[in-house]
Amino acid sequence: MTTDDRGTHSHDHDHPGTTPDVNETGYYELMAEAMKELLIEKGVVSADDLRRNLEFLDSRDPVDGGKIIARAWTDPDFKSRLLEDGTKAVEEMGLTMGDAELVVVENTDDVHNMIVCTLCSCYPRTILGLPPDWYKSKSYRSRAVVEPRSVLKEFGTELPDSKTVRVHDSNADMRYLVLPQQPEGTDGWSADRLAEIVTRDAMVGVVLPQA
Amino acid sequence: MTMFSVGERVRIKDSHPPGHRRTPFYVRGKTGVIERYCGDFKNPEELAYGFDGTPKRELYRVRLAQNDLWENYEGPASDTLDLEIYDHWLEKVED
Repeated sequence: MTTDDRGTHSHDHDHPGTTPDVNETGYYELMAEAMKELLIEKGVVSADDLRRNLEFLDSRDPVDGGKIIARAWTDPDFKSRLLEDGTKAVEEMGLTMGDAELVVVENTDDVHNMIVCTLCSCYPRTILGLPPDWYKSKSYRSRAVVEPRSVLKEFGTELPDSKTVRVHDSNADMRYLVLPQQPEGTDGWSADRLAEIVTRDAMVGVVLPQA
Repeated sequence: MTMFSVGERVRIKDSHPPGHRRTPFYVRGKTGVIERYCGDFKNPEELAYGFDGTPKRELYRVRLAQNDLWENYEGPASDTLDLEIYDHWLEKVED
């Protein structure tokens, strides 16, 4: 295409209220695409393997995580198994951790847990879905380890000094899930009802669940 | 028998080899306590270059005091940072 043949006039000016349709491929995007094509060409993976994996990841969301937490709140034996071996315990619920292992860390009256991955964006994707953008941001990844209490405050979570803040950097083979404390005023609630108040951010440990 | 036991004080090596490493810079040279042994895992520093990742490495969770990591840390002395370190990055600390 040598001339602009998409419209009736050339586009050396902006139309108010429209965004130019620019879709430049970045360097790393291009590298990833080249790698993908090579792997398919060499028969290491098939295009369908890739598609199925993407489909699986896109089908995951924090609802599964909420069910795990609600069951731990209502079933003490399950809670013990979950804290002992998270990977095995979630398998009971038909959930997989894929190639990683799950460590569940429990919030108590004395301890608050918070998850970060400083090296990249490791996250329990198979039980929470894809991580939010802020979790992958350089700002969160660096500040969560240096000044966790300030970061928590920005999420609206202010904790007294009497409570220990434990930051978990998921830098290797473990993935982490925070088991929050069951909020007051929810005694006797069914697991289904409890699951609805367990948010994604509560399971990353940046907020506390609210009844 | 694992190389390190829970509660043992360890130092994370202050080493700076080039290449793909899973030990973040901010903990290198710092001392902490073994929180748990996670199991044996393929070495990601080998896997990254197409090797098979063997021999497997013992992976530990090490708990460090935030006060030992950062000067003028904002919180109380009890705050901690836990992370995973492979055995070849750990050394014993003589009491």
